[in-house]
Amino acid sequence: MNYKSSYFIITCLAFGFAFLYIPILSMVVFSFNASKLVTVWDSAHSPTLKWYYALLGNDEILDAAWISLKVAVINASGSVILGTLAGFGLARFSQFRGRFTLNAMTTAPLVMPEVITGLSLLLLFVALEQLIGWPAGRGITTMTIGHMTFSMAYVTVIVNSRLATFDTALEEAAMDLGARPLKVFFVITMPIIFPAILSGWLLAFTLSWDDLVISSFTSGPGSSTLPMVVFSKVRLGVSPEINVLATITITVVTLMIVGVSLWMARRAKLDKAAD
Amino acid sequence: MKTAAYLRRFGISGRGLVVALPYLWLLLFFVVPFVIVLKISFSDIDLAIPPYKPLLEWVGKNSLAIKVDFNNYAFLFTDRLYINAFLNSIKVAFISTVLCALVGYPMAYGIARSKPATRNLLLLLVILPFWTSLLLRVYAWIGLLKANGVINNVLIWMGVINEPLTLLYTPFAMYVGIVYSYLPFFILPMYANLEKMDWQLLEAAEDLGCRPWQAFYKITLPLSRNGILAGSMLVFIPAVGEFVIPALLGGPNALMIGRVLWDEFFSNRAWPVASAVAILLLILLVPFMMWYQSVQARESAGAR
Repeated sequence: MNYKSSYFIITCLAFGFAFLYIPILSMVVFSFNASKLVTVWDSAHSPTLKWYYALLGNDEILDAAWISLKVAVINASGSVILGTLAGFGLARFSQFRGRFTLNAMTTAPLVMPEVITGLSLLLLFVALEQLIGWPAGRGITTMTIGHMTFSMAYVTVIVNSRLATFDTALEEAAMDLGARPLKVFFVITMPIIFPAILSGWLLAFTLSWDDLVISSFTSGPGSSTLPMVVFSKVRLGVSPEINVLATITITVVTLMIVGVSLWMARRAKLDKAAD
Repeated sequence: MKTAAYLRRFGISGRGLVVALPYLWLLLFFVVPFVIVLKISFSDIDLAIPPYKPLLEWVGKNSLAIKVDFNNYAFLFTDRLYINAFLNSIKVAFISTVLCALVGYPMAYGIARSKPATRNLLLLLVILPFWTSLLLRVYAWIGLLKANGVINNVLIWMGVINEPLTLLYTPFAMYVGIVYSYLPFFILPMYANLEKMDWQLLEAAEDLGCRPWQAFYKITLPLSRNGILAGSMLVFIPAVGEFVIPALLGGPNALMIGRVLWDEFFSNRAWPVASAVAILLLILLVPFMMWYQSVQARESAGAR
């Protein structure tokens, strides 16, 4: 196989990646700008860390970040449990009643416009409250339930496709040797799909951490998440503190993604060496 | 094993329990809510909390009346605002999808044809923005496009223009924002499809006298059809209901149905109207969702 690409393709790649990365880099650069105008470089006083200190002193943003963190962690953990169960069921049980419905229900949230999911969840919570008194008002619980509903769909897809690439020979061998299904799952299947579970957790965390629309519909007074606070600020125009927030986010995400990829590459190499 | 046999007699098995939890969860929090939205879309608006009237009402002592009200739907079809918003959303989503395909296809192709080591790096570079907050990436474009933003400053500095251009809060800004945000959603399924391509077919075609463009048009393009469809659906469907990008980049005249729904709900507190908008949007999108699912099924069947 030859890997030669034409100049046309290379140019497309170069422009495409420039398009993807120039906006991100511009936020990083201007986070060090002293000027309140953000995009007008104040060369006399820049670069500066002044907006970083300002962000650390901004209680509104810090409180919202704390709420977002709580929701994201609970959401990621819950979604991983639900998504792994669904992904495992879809990949390993070839026929069961409701298979088609489960498959459809785990694909639909991936493409459903968020305004529809958000509105319908809120109306459900309102109806439930009228009917059985739970959930009493809206806040972190209702937001987390909303996030889990679409995050688990992503985890399902990841776990399902990971299991699809593994044949069932190992699991069957363990069964033949007398291991109970539950033991087979924890001793054989779990380690195999661990990378998928880890990516699923991280993706579910990120989806929740970034979500604006579903949070806005399902949150209550006093439970504004970080994206909700950012959105209300950004609507009024650019703000230096948001650039700082973006820079921190980008740094954390990059470190996390690179770290996880390196770890998985090493694991794949070890797997190959073990074969 | 005795308990297992005992439970099985009632139709409860280990397998059933595994899928029951996610199944019931999605049923309660994903399917049932749509039924409620449907119900409320037929209710009257009321100045109460929650702001709609019940569908079922006791009239007299023993009779229960169902009041189904089509007014909300009639309202949507008489006011041009809603029809225009629907048509505009479809137009914007369609053009954005085409643009994503034009930018994304060559990129996915280039990645699929590069050396394995480079390929992983390039894929990582596509995935990275997808993991960073959408809101913050849309926000970045405000800084680039506004009157004293980066693009205008650079153009003025280069002497191309004297006065800053009006870029922000225009349809142009909205298209840039949507293509920018959804590009990874097109590239990833497109790449997954092209990666499985047998490139020897292209070599064979060229050996037999096909020009590279002909070979691409006759072989690569038809074989990657499912990838194009899957990627397009992943862009088109959510883009029709997009709220954040038109709200931040599109200006007050950018009529998108997601934004109309949001305003009806949060500003006008017209929950029944918002529900009717959601139901119509859903009716519009369900055929595309089913199409997407069948394309996905074909793709994974072809992979095995």
